Amino acid sequence: MVDQPVIVIGAGPAGTRAAQRLVQAGLRPVVIDENDRQGGQIYRRQPENFRRPAEKLYGTEAAKATALHTDFETLRPHIDYRPGTTVWGVSETGLMTVRASTVDVVPFSRVIIAAGATDRIMPVPGWTTPGTYSLGAAQIALKAQACAIGGRPVFMGTGPLLYLVAWQYLRAGATPAAVLDTSSLTTRLRGLRGMASRARVVANGVRYMADLARAGVKLHAGITPLAIESSNSHVSAVTWRDTKGALRQVACDAVGMGYGLRSETQLADLLKCEFMFDPCFQQWRPHVDRNGRTTRPDVYLAGDGALLRGADAAEAAGQLAACAVLHDTGHTIDQHETAGLHETLAVMNRFGRGLAQAFPWPAHLAASLPDDTVVCRCENITAGEIRRAAGELDAPEMNRAKALTRPGMGRCQGRMCGLAAAEILAAAREVPVREVGRLRTAAPIKPLPLNCTVKS
Amino acid sequence: MPALFRRVAEKDRKTIHLFVDGHEIEAREGDTLLVALLTRTDRLRHNEFDASPRAGFCLMGACQDCWVWTEAGEQLRACSTTAQSGMRITTTEVPWLINR
Amino acid sequence: MMAYPTQRMQADVIIVGGGFMGAATAFFLRQQGLSVILLERDLVGQAASGVNFGNVRRQSRFLGQLPLSNRSRDIWVRLPELIGEDVEFVMSGHILVTTHEKDGARLEKYAVDCKPYGLDLTIMTGDQARARFPMVGPDIRTVSYSPLDGHANPRLAAPAFGRAARRAGARIIENTTVTAITKSTEDFIVETTTGQSYQAPLLQVSSGAWGRAMAARFGEDIPFSANGPQMGVTEPVPYRIEPVIGSSSSVPEEGVYLRQVKRGNIVFGGGLRSVANLETRRAPIDPLNTMRQMSHLANLVPEMARLRIIRTWSGVEGYVGDNLPIMGPSGKVAGLFYAFGFCGHGFQLGPGVGATMAELIATGKTDIPLEAFDIKRFGS
Repeated sequence: MVDQPVIVIGAGPAGTRAAQRLVQAGLRPVVIDENDRQGGQIYRRQPENFRRPAEKLYGTEAAKATALHTDFETLRPHIDYRPGTTVWGVSETGLMTVRASTVDVVPFSRVIIAAGATDRIMPVPGWTTPGTYSLGAAQIALKAQACAIGGRPVFMGTGPLLYLVAWQYLRAGATPAAVLDTSSLTTRLRGLRGMASRARVVANGVRYMADLARAGVKLHAGITPLAIESSNSHVSAVTWRDTKGALRQVACDAVGMGYGLRSETQLADLLKCEFMFDPCFQQWRPHVDRNGRTTRPDVYLAGDGALLRGADAAEAAGQLAACAVLHDTGHTIDQHETAGLHETLAVMNRFGRGLAQAFPWPAHLAASLPDDTVVCRCENITAGEIRRAAGELDAPEMNRAKALTRPGMGRCQGRMCGLAAAEILAAAREVPVREVGRLRTAAPIKPLPLNCTVKS
Repeated sequence: MPALFRRVAEKDRKTIHLFVDGHEIEAREGDTLLVALLTRTDRLRHNEFDASPRAGFCLMGACQDCWVWTEAGEQLRACSTTAQSGMRITTTEVPWLINR
Repeated sequence: MMAYPTQRMQADVIIVGGGFMGAATAFFLRQQGLSVILLERDLVGQAASGVNFGNVRRQSRFLGQLPLSNRSRDIWVRLPELIGEDVEFVMSGHILVTTHEKDGARLEKYAVDCKPYGLDLTIMTGDQARARFPMVGPDIRTVSYSPLDGHANPRLAAPAFGRAARRAGARIIENTTVTAITKSTEDFIVETTTGQSYQAPLLQVSSGAWGRAMAARFGEDIPFSANGPQMGVTEPVPYRIEPVIGSSSSVPEEGVYLRQVKRGNIVFGGGLRSVANLETRRAPIDPLNTMRQMSHLANLVPEMARLRIIRTWSGVEGYVGDNLPIMGPSGKVAGLFYAFGFCGHGFQLGPGVGATMAELIATGKTDIPLEAFDIKRFGS
């Protein structure tokens, strides 16, 4: 019997480097990519008939993006690449994938999950109004489609992406109306020590802020978001409180919002990997060792889907996870290779922790969200309904709350609302957020057409 | 109807035409369905529970808030579907068991 | 080292297991004026009671179960007033559909046989059914229509009964695992993992798939298995399927069923089941079963084929060898009662089981015939 292949899920920085390392060792991995073109989100490629050069798309990271894309093209003949394909479940015999309406069961000997992350969202009244997007979405619109989400957008949230996206919009001619950061200047200084491990990245961030300020874009720190205002179902303004508690408002026609990232962990959950609460990022994630091994011997994780450390760390972690697979399947791995990768990742870890300190997840905002604010945008479930689950219906944890009043019950399975809903539940129960647990994953992790047939 | 998105570059691509709620709109080859619609209109769908307009959110296939129906009853995730000439999209009604 | 025994909590009745049966029994025992302690290992209504399809259906049941089922239906229709909460019960009607001739003949016979029990069914041809229920597919032949059946939300029903029982004075104790049950000359003594012990002269085991092990400890073992239903739900679409629709096929894999909730989602299940794990308290949902269900669902309602599934799940259900529950007094221990092993068809029965068990425990008798469910049927 032929050995089952190693599968890499995801073709961003982590997945690409993992596949590359496996190929170097003579393996022919299956690479399953939900996107139609390799690159992932941060190094997402534009359609083939677009003409902008890499520098325009990826700025300071253009060389890395180009290297990742060209290296992948070199890999293509040596891998079984399946673009436009979603892994939606796990059966006894393999991963369940779907492309259009064809389902395939893909057996594996080992699997490296490099599923990436999405924006971490804290709802605010009005956030379902058309014109409101995640920060990642605002960037993708620009990068992959040469579009701005509006002519005068506000960027609100926290984290380095806030300033990068605002700067990219400025350069594209859609000058931001304001940048509203929930992190105060003093909080940011606290994280600076950890961030100093990557001076170049910090310098870039400072430059973005300086460019924005020079262009007259107001950068507000330590704000408390109050509402995204609308007229005729369109975003018209954002209101917030400044550090002194004064009510402020800025007119705009779009909002990009995000508070750092959250890992895509559904597949690790379906594969029954154990999870732990990460106090640094204040979210549950699969347990991984420093090589990306999970608690399940044939499942490995790499990239932002495991630990939120960004694209550079993802490349190293992808290579490292591949080394772990190779080591565990009897290949010899040069100690120097893994030692070097561990060193790189140690720097990234310090930096990641510094970032999380400098731009903390504003958990406290959950407690003050008005009862009528929509939290679960799929099912239209409000903060008040989550509080009803917590109080009158006595739900001690997220799955019970979901069963009783439906937060996270919809199409996205809580990707957008789950972390905020947990904060609301925890605040209402007056317990730390880890105690309300996390939403269990259910297949299909993305909506699955009922007219599918299994490939024979 | 006012548009949400603005094109900031790559404007000289080939033109394609599709239909939204019966009205013909112009888009560009290589547009996602989401971009094709939102550079001309201000919504993709309506939430099932309060009928409020929605126009997507994450643009990376995670939030599932940009599913649109074709007039023939097919469903497409607008952010990850390339717009094709002649597509007929409905944002106002779900063509589901209407002949009962 | 001996710990000082904490004071034992006492009541007239202890219920072990807070699924639908336990919660409903606790509620109705309070109506009978008895004091009740309900011990639940997790949270009320989390296992089979919370994950099932939500069918409030009488037709096609074992005829001897219809008196119990009828009693239950009479309670379902007055639930909001009775327990003070809406559990989304809709009397939508229920249709059983067939594609094979012999299955149709079986439905026709059942419609005659169930009449003396007060269940009125209408048999329709496929064309008659399509005229009345236009969503039904072209391959459907004989259909049995039960207008007074319907569906409800299983995630809400048992917890709502638990809360109602608590409001009525029952002590509902969750997150507490029973470690031992002993019977002294007078009373049952129940020990738990929290260290607290409980005492009562009467005890009901209603611990679902875990009931078999408890009965076995009293020397009453039964043929039993623990299985997981294969459930799923579509995205919401406009509410246009009123009745619950179930296949009456004698081919197990074809036996799927569906219902549309008023919010618009279509809940479905049926076909093959998975094997549940009583230790991990989980039953797997096999994605290949989900795949198998697709074409059979499309046979019932062809337009479902263009919808999307957004979630699947399973849960632990107890099945008795003869596919009938264990319900009634113990054959060996005085004061001990059973209500478990409802074989995937207990949801509709929940309120009726609660009322009947409460009556039986409080008064020693009931007019509802329970012989067929007596645990002694497996006695050697």
